[in-house]
Amino acid sequence: MSFRQPSNLPGFGLTFGFTTVFLSTIVLLPLAALVVTATSLHWSDFWHTVLSARALGSYRLSFGASLLAASINLVFGFIIAWTLVRYEFPGRKLIDALIDMPFALPTAVSGIALTTVFAQNGWIGRYLEPLGIKVAYTWLGVTLALTLISMPFAVRAVQPALLEVQRDLEDAAETLGAGRLYAFRRIILPAIAPALLTGFTLAFARAVGEYGSVIFISGNLPMKTEITPLLIVIHLEQFDYGGAAALGLVMLVISFVMLLTINLLQAWGRRDQVRAAR
Amino acid sequence: MALLPSSAFADHATRPGQHTWVHAIVRWCFIAVSLAFLAAVLLAPLATVFVMALSKGILTYLHSFADPDTAAAIRLTLLTASVVVPINTVFGLAAAWAIAKFEFRGKSILITLIDLPLAVSPVIAGMVFVLLFGLQGWFGAWLQQHHYSIVFALPGIMLATMFVTFPYVARELIPLMEQLGNDEEEAAITLGAGGWMTFFRVTLPKVRWGLVYGMVLCNARAMGEFGAVSVVSGHIRGLTNTMPLHIEILYNEYNFVGAFAVSSLLTLLAALTLVVKTLVERTGYRRRR
Repeated sequence: MSFRQPSNLPGFGLTFGFTTVFLSTIVLLPLAALVVTATSLHWSDFWHTVLSARALGSYRLSFGASLLAASINLVFGFIIAWTLVRYEFPGRKLIDALIDMPFALPTAVSGIALTTVFAQNGWIGRYLEPLGIKVAYTWLGVTLALTLISMPFAVRAVQPALLEVQRDLEDAAETLGAGRLYAFRRIILPAIAPALLTGFTLAFARAVGEYGSVIFISGNLPMKTEITPLLIVIHLEQFDYGGAAALGLVMLVISFVMLLTINLLQAWGRRDQVRAAR
Repeated sequence: MALLPSSAFADHATRPGQHTWVHAIVRWCFIAVSLAFLAAVLLAPLATVFVMALSKGILTYLHSFADPDTAAAIRLTLLTASVVVPINTVFGLAAAWAIAKFEFRGKSILITLIDLPLAVSPVIAGMVFVLLFGLQGWFGAWLQQHHYSIVFALPGIMLATMFVTFPYVARELIPLMEQLGNDEEEAAITLGAGGWMTFFRVTLPKVRWGLVYGMVLCNARAMGEFGAVSVVSGHIRGLTNTMPLHIEILYNEYNFVGAFAVSSLLTLLAALTLVVKTLVERTGYRRRR
């Protein structure tokens, strides 16, 4: 097989060339610089940075809070998607459009606004304070910020899958005497499971790398409320490029694994659709 | 029976239990939980932006934009977006043409690589340019000898912004062009039109709404990017502070009216982005991913 199949359209050389050259200059070469800088560290320095107590503390918070935020979005993302797809109520279209707000809203704005709402004297924070729940400047605040910025991924992944669930199957199940929950578990859940997992992974991947919204609400205490991207920034500010690159490489490898997982999940979803169509 | 539209009748017939109590309760619980969740994490913060910005009156609000550093930050953000968005639009069009119109080996790898910046932390996006062009970076010494500055200056801000907004236009155009197919372009070429003419007269009008949507998303991210730009900017007031970075400075100085005033502009921009998205979707263009 040759490199490309014949076509009577012009412009392949120009557009393909431009695409690969530009992609290499802006994205691939800079990322390669990161990998080279990190791997040119002496291995003991590398492990010393990557496995230091402060770094481990930051992984615990970054990955723990992201996992929690993605789980919260798994539940609420499904509930919101279900509400938007299945029910008609005043303001539904407005809410549907607003779901994408965290995509469009700069993270610094989300950060200071959330901090203000959940601070001790904030609109919601003042009611949580007497209950002994502190959100701003704790890991709870980090989780909240990550939940907000990754919410659209979960909702938007599930919505189309819910739209495609064949309602005649549900009706048939009910006619045959299946209870509502049984029909949900046996018909709806299997149909949307790949989409739920994709949404979860996308939300998690986005949350792990998030910086802007978190640094305002977290308080940034080393070992307690310091996320990994912030630790990278601190290394950079001390001109410890090698240490920063080492931590960056750890995050990059994890992001790459996540990306691979997403692609596999989507392939799984497509295969299921193909099988259902037969 | 003839009085009822058949569709309404069919709905009643095939939805047993549609009007039971259980169904109504479940339905209202779902709506209430959704709205409560969105109100707490999304609507309350959005409202806060405007309440805080206007908390000392509209005059103080307007006055905060007269601050020279704030004005400089707004100018820098507009300048950055006006350079980055057109470049990434040209890239998006080229990438979509190559990927959607031709079959070649390694296509899926190329698509994955184009999406890569979305999976990378913004901090890493900024850091790679510091590693290359920073004082102790690969080209740092050479740049200093020749008195060029990239990091802590405008070129670095633009490079970092370009990195994070890289896939936005391409991601919208590739599935759209694939969906619309090549038939019209092939007809144009067969009838003797040149490549550029086919592109401008056939392809561009076909994909215009997807292009608009991609550019609007690209612009929103370019103007709002914080992490990547924060790493390369150096935070020099009035010089290398974009709007999001200026928000951080004002907020840390307890100038809440100023911080939220700048935030309100970016929030309005985000709202405008969503309006354009809704309008574009109403033209019949649908995202396929």
